[in-house]
Amino acid sequence: MSVLVYTESENGKLKKAALEVASYAKAVADAIGGNVTAVSINSDNNDDLANYGVHKSLEVSDEKLQKFNADAYAEVITQAAKKVDAKVVVISQSANAKYLAPLLSINLNAAYASNVVDVPKTDNEFTVERTAFTNKAFNHTSLSTDVKILGLSNNAFGLKESKAEMTKEDFSAELGDDHFKINVESVDKNTDKVSIADAEVVVSGGRGLKDPKNWGMIEDLADVLGAATACSKPVSDMGWRPHSEHVGQTGKPVASNLYIAIGISGAIQHLAGISASKTKVVINTDDEAPFFKAADYGIVGDAFEVVPKLIEKLKDFKANNA
Amino acid sequence: MKILVCISHVPDTTSKINFTENDTKFDTNGVQFVINPNDEFGLTRAMWFKEKQGATVDVVTVGDKSTEPTIRKALAIGADSAIRVDAEPLDGFQVAKELAKVAQDGSYDLIIAGRESIDYNGGMVPGMLAKLIGANFINTCVSLEVEDDKATAVREIDGGKETLTANLPLVIGGQKGLVEESDLKIPNMRGIMMARKKPLKVVEPVAETPLTKAEKFEKPAPKGEVKLVDADNIDELIDLLHNEAKAI
Ligand SMILES: Cc1cc2nc3c(=O)[nH]c(=O)nc-3n(C[C@H](O)[C@H](O)[C@H](O)COP(=O)(O)OP(=O)(O)OC[C@H]3O[C@@H](n4cnc5c(N)ncnc54)[C@H](O)[C@@H]3O)c2cc1C
Ligand SMILES: Cc1cc2nc3c(=O)[nH]c(=O)nc-3n(C[C@H](O)[C@H](O)[C@H](O)COP(=O)(O)OP(=O)(O)OC[C@H]3O[C@@H](n4cnc5c(N)ncnc54)[C@H](O)[C@@H]3O)c2cc1C
Repeated sequence: MSVLVYTESENGKLKKAALEVASYAKAVADAIGGNVTAVSINSDNNDDLANYGVHKSLEVSDEKLQKFNADAYAEVITQAAKKVDAKVVVISQSANAKYLAPLLSINLNAAYASNVVDVPKTDNEFTVERTAFTNKAFNHTSLSTDVKILGLSNNAFGLKESKAEMTKEDFSAELGDDHFKINVESVDKNTDKVSIADAEVVVSGGRGLKDPKNWGMIEDLADVLGAATACSKPVSDMGWRPHSEHVGQTGKPVASNLYIAIGISGAIQHLAGISASKTKVVINTDDEAPFFKAADYGIVGDAFEVVPKLIEKLKDFKANNA
Repeated sequence: MKILVCISHVPDTTSKINFTENDTKFDTNGVQFVINPNDEFGLTRAMWFKEKQGATVDVVTVGDKSTEPTIRKALAIGADSAIRVDAEPLDGFQVAKELAKVAQDGSYDLIIAGRESIDYNGGMVPGMLAKLIGANFINTCVSLEVEDDKATAVREIDGGKETLTANLPLVIGGQKGLVEESDLKIPNMRGIMMARKKPLKVVEPVAETPLTKAEKFEKPAPKGEVKLVDADNIDELIDLLHNEAKAI
């Protein structure tokens, strides 16, 4: 039985998330007894997939697919899934993957489980564990269709090396005008900064920072750590920071390795959205702030004193551990 | 322009989440239900189209009778009429099938749904709906303009934004940004009075079988105590993050 994984690339380079979904697909294939085939679109070099258990790499290169287009990409994955007779299709939970997943589900008559955090159990029914109620709970969901689509939460599985003999094959999907009915007019992407979705570390600021002018130190801290910057909802509502930085239940989810909250009280809606992060640090003047109940490490102190010191110490640390 | 706004009826964001019947059902006891926040932004944007461009706005929910106060609220905010598909929503596919029927019966030009329902976080209903009815689909939509039969939308991508154009009929998965938080409409007394007289049509479901089933729920394991580090001892924090948490 075959597992198909969609391995995403950006500017021709495989994303780290691609290696994670490949690792996960290998674990799924082991559970159901089968091999992993990867499908990639305009990715220059897929050699690395062999280190994560991929058996066959289907490689699409098509000028028309330079820009992401959900319908066309879903169609490519659909045709790849049919070609290898995939029983399970694995995708990430990037913005693009979430966009194309429901289209793929209808194309393949396949049940789709999103926000999956573990390898499926197949003893009886096919069930996966996923997060629900924005991380306030887990839900065991069974999927009853012949073909199934699993969307793996970012950072939920990690990278697991497993060497495979990988064959490569050019693959071209048949696409009609019908798959390009949505036109991408312009893309405005910050290329020199890591996005919240892809970041290992996220540095986040709240209303406790008092003024948008004080974000310099947040950016500096993020720079030292190679982190993305984020903020609480009121901070974006007041226009101190762009909406795209708003994290939490009604903003972006965060599932980074490290989340540092500065001047954020830890309201239930904020915590729900960031709780999938592995290690959480809080810096807050108020030792009663609810964030201390959710954090792994905390400093009770004034951000304006603590953060500059932290930046200096981290610079030393990075210099010594480079 | 005929607009349909899809509304998911969800627990208020401050709700304590508990389960009953051996952890197989969400415990609605004492839970306050609201319009899904993503749908609230979409509904307000629909009101803008109604006021500025002369659209009609219907709202729809798939749910039992207990969801009626939530759609009445949407009427109080200004929607013209409401439809309730009388079915218990069990998964995204089933909901999308029910909505597809409503969408086809009403031949809407624009269908505004939310990026995600904050209860089951499926993130699938709008895309499935679009594919089922053969409409265009734009997800994580943070800005939407419509001129004649052409829409211009801004979509949030990881690390940026993208501007897209598409012809109607169009389905969007909307979110904050469609309108500003401060522009969200809150029902006033007059709106609430008027809502009582507006039509709320209950329709029979097509009764599609769901493809997935929520078998069991679990709450996250309780968290250990936070380790406090003295503000004068940043080295200790760095040491913990490096050696203990292996996070840096
Ligand atoms: C429907 C709904 C949805 C919501 N969704 C979200 C969401 O997705 N994300 C989200 O973040 N919020 C959300 N909220 C808002 C949430 O309830 C809180 O209001 C918000 O998270 C508080 O933001 P904050 O922590 O930045 O500000 P505050 O709660 O005001 O906290 C500021 C903190 O800074 C501390 N502080 C002050 N000075 C300093 C200093 N010098 N140094 C260090 N610390 C200092 C204070 O002790 C305080 O704890 C939502 C609310 C509702 C009703
Ligand atoms: C008490 C209770 C128990 C429930 N139990 C379950 C359960 O066990 N499993 C389950 O999957 N669902 C359950 N639901 C239904 C759930 O609330 C959703 O309606 C539905 O399952 C779709 O979830 P989703 O996360 O896939 O939606 P998403 O795809 O995340 O929703 C995106 C958008 O689609 C639209 N939408 C979603 N649902 C509806 C709807 N019902 N009516 C109109 N528009 C809608 C909204 O615009 C929403 O913003 C329950 C609801 C209630 C009130």
